[in-house]
Amino acid sequence: MRVAELRSLALLARAGFRRESTYLLAMMAGLFTNVVFGFIRASILLAAVDSAGGQLVGYTRDTISAYVWLSQGLIGAVMLTGTAEIGERVRTGEVAVDFLRPLDVQAAHLATDLGRAAFTLIPRGVPSVLVGAVTVGLVMPTSVQPYLLGAVSVLLGVSLSFLTRFAVNLAGFWIIETRGVTSLLAVVQGFLSGLYVPVHLFPGWLGALAAATPFPSILQAPIDVLSGRVTGADGLRVVAVQLVWVVAVAVVGQVLIRTGRRRLEVQGG
Amino acid sequence: MAEASRSEPGARLGRAAPYVVVARSRLRAQRSYGTSFAFDLVGSLMVGLTELGEVWVVFHNVTVLGGLDFSAVLLLFGLSNLGFSLGDMVFGHIDNIPGYIRTGTLEAFYLRPQPILAQLMVSDIQLRRLSRTGVAVAALVAGLVVNDIDWGLSTVVLLVLTAVSGVAIFGGLFVWAGALQFRLVNGAEVTNSFTYGGSYAASQPASIFPTALKVTFGYLVPVVFTAYLPTLRILDLPGPSLLPSWLAWLTPVAAVWVWGVAVLLWRDGLRHYQSGGG
Repeated sequence: MRVAELRSLALLARAGFRRESTYLLAMMAGLFTNVVFGFIRASILLAAVDSAGGQLVGYTRDTISAYVWLSQGLIGAVMLTGTAEIGERVRTGEVAVDFLRPLDVQAAHLATDLGRAAFTLIPRGVPSVLVGAVTVGLVMPTSVQPYLLGAVSVLLGVSLSFLTRFAVNLAGFWIIETRGVTSLLAVVQGFLSGLYVPVHLFPGWLGALAAATPFPSILQAPIDVLSGRVTGADGLRVVAVQLVWVVAVAVVGQVLIRTGRRRLEVQGG
Repeated sequence: MAEASRSEPGARLGRAAPYVVVARSRLRAQRSYGTSFAFDLVGSLMVGLTELGEVWVVFHNVTVLGGLDFSAVLLLFGLSNLGFSLGDMVFGHIDNIPGYIRTGTLEAFYLRPQPILAQLMVSDIQLRRLSRTGVAVAALVAGLVVNDIDWGLSTVVLLVLTAVSGVAIFGGLFVWAGALQFRLVNGAEVTNSFTYGGSYAASQPASIFPTALKVTFGYLVPVVFTAYLPTLRILDLPGPSLLPSWLAWLTPVAAVWVWGVAVLLWRDGLRHYQSGGG
């Protein structure tokens, strides 16, 4: 039974990967826009490092550049847009079909999203970092450990992003129109996850506010681990915090899907 | 159609009547879903506030960026966001053409005897973006108050020219984006680089950009005219290489350039479009 479930999830992940790979032109368009935004962001933050005398909250020109291009590379995978397919399926009632399947709804959607994210890293993620390396210049760790832990951290970040979007989209069980809530999520999440400015640059109170949310664990944490800003025990601690958030948000999603299911009314059929 | 144009509002408004009627109905429709509209307003307010927040976080760490201090950047931010939020409100939905093509809505626009661009403009004016305009106006007013400005007729004229041209420039860029959607149905995200990317670049001191970006956002997608150059002129600051501050007076020329390209691209897009049938 468990093995069968895992196999189904693996198949869903593969389906997510393949579905994404059919939109290659859209990927290229996304990469182009990622790179343009990367240039603008790099200009701002490099100017800030220069203005601060070459050192800004531990960032130098090379490391802030790594932050910019890693975040540009991860945007496609973590997808901070606030929307998730589940919201649309709740609205149209198609979610009823999901409930009929012998798989957990949340796990099934997560598997598909991980497949999608894995694909985006190839045509969008890696090239973004390469463009940054070639044009602006950046430093990446030379040892293996940050990359191994970084891979785990990216996986947790992508999962957390999905689980957060999933939970917020389930608001659709109670309010019909979720666009307002999801766009609000996208804005707040983008800011507090360190998408535009590293969370480390936030003043104390804003940093504390961000740390009280799962958002920095979505983007800032994987960047910190991958770029080698946090290593050793600190790196493990960052990943542990991510794991705690993943579990917490997953539990919230499970509770919402169970209570929401009782409110679901499907017309006809 | 004939009946509609003889109805009350039509009689008074002449040729603009159909647009006014559609725009009014769209605006009414948005207000009628109270909760959702309130959420949208809050969302749009948060977009404005977080963008201002990003700028503020940077200035929490440094005092000067690209030759401008925080008060100067308030003026820069206010001007660029005023132009963008109004341009986005009126024209922003035009780049949703792949959606209109998919649902067949575009066919309906072709059937009516009005220009398609004008119809599209009024088809979905987004009132929810007004709260973002509010943030822009607040930043602009703050910027005008906290800076030491030599007020005179030329300052006022430049501000008005900039505000009007800024809306035109960003609106025109959305028309570029919309026109290109006819060809880029699967690669539509490219256009975000000059609409949203343009807005992002416009709110930065352009002196920080490498030469390629200075040329791009100075002369090809001329968003530096919407805020950066006027800010330099108003605060009497020198411009960086390639972008002397007297260029601020040519802001209307930049708007004409954007609209010239917009009209060409739009005509080309319409010609390129072939209906999916139905």
